[in-house]
Amino acid sequence: MSAEKKSKIIGVALAVCIVCSILVSTAAVTLNSIQEQNQKLDRIRNILAAGNLLDRGKDIQKIYNEYIEADLIELSTGKVVHPENYTNELNVSDFDIRTMANNPKYSTSIPANEDIAQIKRKPTHMPVYYVREEGELEEIILPVYGKGLWSTMYGFIALNRDLHTVDGFTFYSHGETPGLGGEVDNPQWKEIWKGKKAFDENWNVKIEVIKGRVDPERESAKYQIDGLSGSTLTTRGIDNLIKYWLGENGYGPFFEILRKELSDDQI
Amino acid sequence: MTKYRKILLDPLFNENPIAYQILGICSALAVTSKLETSIVMSLAVIFVLTFSNLSVSLIRKHISSSTRILVEMTIIASLVIIADQIIKAYAYDISKQLSVYVGLIITNCIIMGRAEAFALKNPPGLSILDGLGNGFGYTFVLLFVGFFRELLGAGKLLGITIFTLNTEGGWYNPNGLFLLSPSAFILIGILIWVIRTWKPEQVEEE
Repeated sequence: MSAEKKSKIIGVALAVCIVCSILVSTAAVTLNSIQEQNQKLDRIRNILAAGNLLDRGKDIQKIYNEYIEADLIELSTGKVVHPENYTNELNVSDFDIRTMANNPKYSTSIPANEDIAQIKRKPTHMPVYYVREEGELEEIILPVYGKGLWSTMYGFIALNRDLHTVDGFTFYSHGETPGLGGEVDNPQWKEIWKGKKAFDENWNVKIEVIKGRVDPERESAKYQIDGLSGSTLTTRGIDNLIKYWLGENGYGPFFEILRKELSDDQI
Repeated sequence: MTKYRKILLDPLFNENPIAYQILGICSALAVTSKLETSIVMSLAVIFVLTFSNLSVSLIRKHISSSTRILVEMTIIASLVIIADQIIKAYAYDISKQLSVYVGLIITNCIIMGRAEAFALKNPPGLSILDGLGNGFGYTFVLLFVGFFRELLGAGKLLGITIFTLNTEGGWYNPNGLFLLSPSAFILIGILIWVIRTWKPEQVEEE
């Protein structure tokens, strides 16, 4: 092969690479802001869906700004992180559970015997969302996640201000079998969650997703949610993740502080 | 004129990339549980296929045979990233459903196949037609599969209820199999059977 031919081969390859990289980086840079906006709106939409606020208007950003207030809490103590202590990595507006759970600085591994949600690691902090109407706390919305059959399922649970009653539940990301475990997206199934009690009088986590249908006659029916037929493992995953996150290793310490604050308010 | 028409229309039925050449089956199984995702995926493939054919054809006289696969892959991969970025920006919900499959267009044999078999040997105009034609052929199969999967599996088309489900007080008991990937095999099999009965010259010799 002559030297001239070799240099032509390299030249063509180089030219193709340069043209391609310019095109790719132009597309990535120009579209980046729209994509970030999409992701943000998508998260907002799911928070609003869990809190049943989507019917309050057309502009979801506006509903969010009007009703929702976000805080970052430290899971182990339940204490709210003051906005002054936010950093580039740790702040409520850019909080991404997946990124944080993989960041060794801001995540902890969960001992196997406690890891009922099978998530292995969890962030040290989590965002919480308060729904306020005319200054009054109406609901709190909490992110939850855990393993289903195929995938890690990410969702939000909304609790009424009595901290007992579930106001809504929704997953915003999962990869369960369409038509079977994927029925977690079915609006009728999500409707079942509303009005169920998450805790008993002594604040023990009581809510559970059972196999089959709930017998409404039974005393425990107010704590129970119908399982999804044909998807035992997805159902079990939801049961586990809800118990984990509402329990002492999840939002337990935060609930304790919040309950105290709320009862002080009432006096 | 007939030559142009042949290049554009042959890939629809006579030499359909999926039904005749049995290429690109992977994505045809993965993204067709709904009509909407099938449409967006098809548009992405048409875009990548047309522009990869055009680009490869434009520089076909300068590509040496020893590096041609690398050069083609670079072009195809760049186009796929651009398509993926556009979908993420303007069809975010659908991009979540398509997930990795847009990226996997890179490995779709149809695109590499057309670059190798056609664009390397033909001028840009014809290559564009060939890209469009094969893109339409792919689209035809995806729409066929997506139409029946969404209709029979969920009773809907493009998210609009056609058959009211029995869980919502209607009469239609959905067939869950159609929401799972294997049903696409069955549908593509039926489609190949129909096309080959209509055009027996496509049947391979024993």
